[in-house]
Amino acid sequence: MKESSILWRGEMTTRRALTGRGMSFLSGGMLWLLGFLILPSLIFIALSFAERGVYGEVIWTFSLENYRRLAGFSSFGWTPDYLLILGRSVIVAFVTTSVAILLSYPLTFFIASRPERSRFMWLVIIIIPFWTNIVIRTYAWFFLFSPEFPFARIAAFLGLIPAGTSLYPSAFAVYVGMISDYLPFLALPLYSSVERLDWSLVEAAQDLYASRIRVFMQAILPQTAPGLTVGIILTFVPTMATFVVPDLLGGAKYMLVGNLIQQQFGASRDWPFGAAISMALMLMTLFSMRIYRRKGKKVDLL
Amino acid sequence: MNGQPEKNLVIRDITKSFGSVTALKTVNQEVRQGEFFTLLGPSGCGKTTLLRIIAGLELPTTGSIILTGKDITSLPAAKRQVNTVFQSYALFPHLSIFENVAFGLRSRKFPEAEVQKRVAATLDLLEMGAMRDRGPDQLSGGQRQRVAIARALVNEPDILLLDEPMSALDAKLRAQVQEELRRLQRRLGTTFIMVTHDQAEALVCSDRIAVMNAGEIIQCGTPEEVYDFPRNRFVAEFLGAANLVHARRAPGGVETEIGYLKLNREPDWLEGLVAIRPEWIKVGAVKPELNGVHATIQDIVYRGTNFDLAVSPGAMRVRTNAFKNFKIGDQVWLELPPNELVVLED
Amino acid sequence: MKKNRHIVIQSISFFTIAMLYLPLFGVAVFSVNSAKYGWVWKEFTLKWYTSLFSNEYILAAAWNTLVLAVVSTLISTLIGTLFAIGISRFPWGRKTDSFLDILLNFPVVIPDIVMAGSLVVVFALLRSVSDLFEAGLVTMIIGHITFQIAFVALVVRSRLVSIGTDIEEAARDLFASNWYLMRRIMLPLLLPGIVAGAMLAFTLSLDDFVISFFTSGPDSQTLPLYIYSAVRRGVTPQIHALSTLVVFITVILVVAAERISRKN
Repeated sequence: MKESSILWRGEMTTRRALTGRGMSFLSGGMLWLLGFLILPSLIFIALSFAERGVYGEVIWTFSLENYRRLAGFSSFGWTPDYLLILGRSVIVAFVTTSVAILLSYPLTFFIASRPERSRFMWLVIIIIPFWTNIVIRTYAWFFLFSPEFPFARIAAFLGLIPAGTSLYPSAFAVYVGMISDYLPFLALPLYSSVERLDWSLVEAAQDLYASRIRVFMQAILPQTAPGLTVGIILTFVPTMATFVVPDLLGGAKYMLVGNLIQQQFGASRDWPFGAAISMALMLMTLFSMRIYRRKGKKVDLL
Repeated sequence: MNGQPEKNLVIRDITKSFGSVTALKTVNQEVRQGEFFTLLGPSGCGKTTLLRIIAGLELPTTGSIILTGKDITSLPAAKRQVNTVFQSYALFPHLSIFENVAFGLRSRKFPEAEVQKRVAATLDLLEMGAMRDRGPDQLSGGQRQRVAIARALVNEPDILLLDEPMSALDAKLRAQVQEELRRLQRRLGTTFIMVTHDQAEALVCSDRIAVMNAGEIIQCGTPEEVYDFPRNRFVAEFLGAANLVHARRAPGGVETEIGYLKLNREPDWLEGLVAIRPEWIKVGAVKPELNGVHATIQDIVYRGTNFDLAVSPGAMRVRTNAFKNFKIGDQVWLELPPNELVVLED
Repeated sequence: MKKNRHIVIQSISFFTIAMLYLPLFGVAVFSVNSAKYGWVWKEFTLKWYTSLFSNEYILAAAWNTLVLAVVSTLISTLIGTLFAIGISRFPWGRKTDSFLDILLNFPVVIPDIVMAGSLVVVFALLRSVSDLFEAGLVTMIIGHITFQIAFVALVVRSRLVSIGTDIEEAARDLFASNWYLMRRIMLPLLLPGIVAGAMLAFTLSLDDFVISFFTSGPDSQTLPLYIYSAVRRGVTPQIHALSTLVVFITVILVVAAERISRKN
């Protein structure tokens, strides 16, 4: 049977030829992503049900041991340690994202209100930290919080920390590091929406004597929702998983789930447990995103 | 004609459906060589689909397209002596005006000397010679349209297709460009097929108009024919204003709510519609011999060159010259000449 | 009242910008301070910078960083561009479209540490097949390409969408063959998108820490890895200088990228 031809963008061809050609374009990326992303993810899921051998090797049996352990059950009874770390990670991510939102709205409004000539410069000011390696930016806080520096001295003077010690490791240092490291991830996408804001709607709401909160909720928030949603995803996902910031600024006192995973792939060499924690991380991230995305807005990430 | 076959286009039994949506239901139409033919209709009537099928950018579901006696239905755009001016103009933004126009010749590997000669001649024809080295983004809307036309015409197509060519221009420029397009077509003698939803544009430019609705050609004829003698209510209302009167057949004419009207021929139906354009109704103080209607002026709208009157009975619109002075509430006699009364099919 | 609001917005903005820049600024100041420790200013010096160039570990790390970024960018730009064309230029059904969409967005939203962990496992499995997957530059390059592809493809795809189908049909109507269309129309029009995608991939590679940290081997230190491990041994002015240099390079790249993308 002769296959019927179709006209596709002005070219006379057949559906089969077109599919073949399309596939040859897709094949490289598809194979790569399947081989190094999808397949590894599936293996990872399977791995979370495997067990660690004595020498750190993987024993491929089916067991729920890793998840039981994560939930706190061990041969010594129940401890909440791991659950505390998971809970703390959610709280840190949530607080970081929320503070970033609170700071980003004024910041993006400020930039959008600059004259057009200098707006580009202000924008670059946010883009630069966005692209600066996180190790360097975290290291900079680490340096600034060291004992001889004013921050630590003021804190010591106020009696918040013993004299002669640094501000890290502490929850405070972790929060400062997190917020300043991840704020550009929220501010940049938000700016793309704020820039296009239709101010006549805001003015209309103000004319109707709406309170400031109502003006924001009804005129500004809906219009900036697309950028805000992208920003929240770009901030929340990495803050949930980060391990550089808590590692440098939190230490063992303030461990997050990222550190826990890193330990399993580093010193402890317990990959199945690491995989199980990763699964928990993924689930928690997806669940949290659900709450943010309940409004069901479709978002393009770029 | 000198033994040369006429380069006419025959659209035979064309249908087109996209999935479960029918875009065209059985279209049959002939377009003669050298005429300015317009497909006129509201958006979604299938006119652009029909144009794309002629262009070779879309395959019909059934039916065939015959150009100069040759079936070209299964040939893609690149193998048809037909070129298109796209609605967006689709100029290549990275190429100069010259290279835009030269594209069709270069892709067929014409010798450089001929490319130079033909592009220059075509640009001159459209008075765009001075712009040859500019980029498309440095041109105004009207200039871009000329480049798009030049880019198609340089290939000396048998038929030039124009998809809503005026839609990107502002209203003031449109009237001027319409006339220029008409003149260009007369001068070249190339067959033009234009798609538009603007009835005024269609009336100004065309030799013949095919009025389309819901995937069908409803009526085809010269601008005078379709304007003065619309076949049905859709055509009457789509092309300009029309007074539609519900009527019942009576000997020699029709009985209506505004009284008996004599017609040139009795309608085929028992009950239906007759139409008359506002400008063909005569207004006077004395009762006319034939088809007189006594009416009251309800409203007057001054339109510069004329007045539009709203009269009762029948909620009719009347267009009349400005020198007559009317007031709201005046009693007048209307005359609806039998020659101007059109019996509609529905 | 309106004025007050402006002042509030302005002061929060300046506070935020200060929070972003104060630490970097502090590091930069102390990178040209000849005092080795503490909150004291001795005198201006560039010796910490010059000492970078005699430190063979740092030179090797810089070289590795560059090789990693360049190679991964070249490969991911090629694969990502083809992928974007494949996605948006062909009549896939709705199911294939949404599958490809998920495939494309997956690397963007998956936490990097999870991706890194799964790569560690897969490389360990593949190592039993081939020595190629021994932890080192090759595995790092593979890891980087894996997250870069999606970003390149997203950028190129949005460019393809903005070109639209009219241009392509117009070229066909003007008798263009497949090859002529590609060479004369599609490639030149896509080029800005491809360049933007490549620049994004390059910056992503320089910006990455987690994937590199997990997939690196003993001989494949990069600058971020070097700084990270050095910090744990204590801060030194040399690290200040190195960090400042990296930030400086980032600034140049960002400004150049913005210039280029604004031109188009």
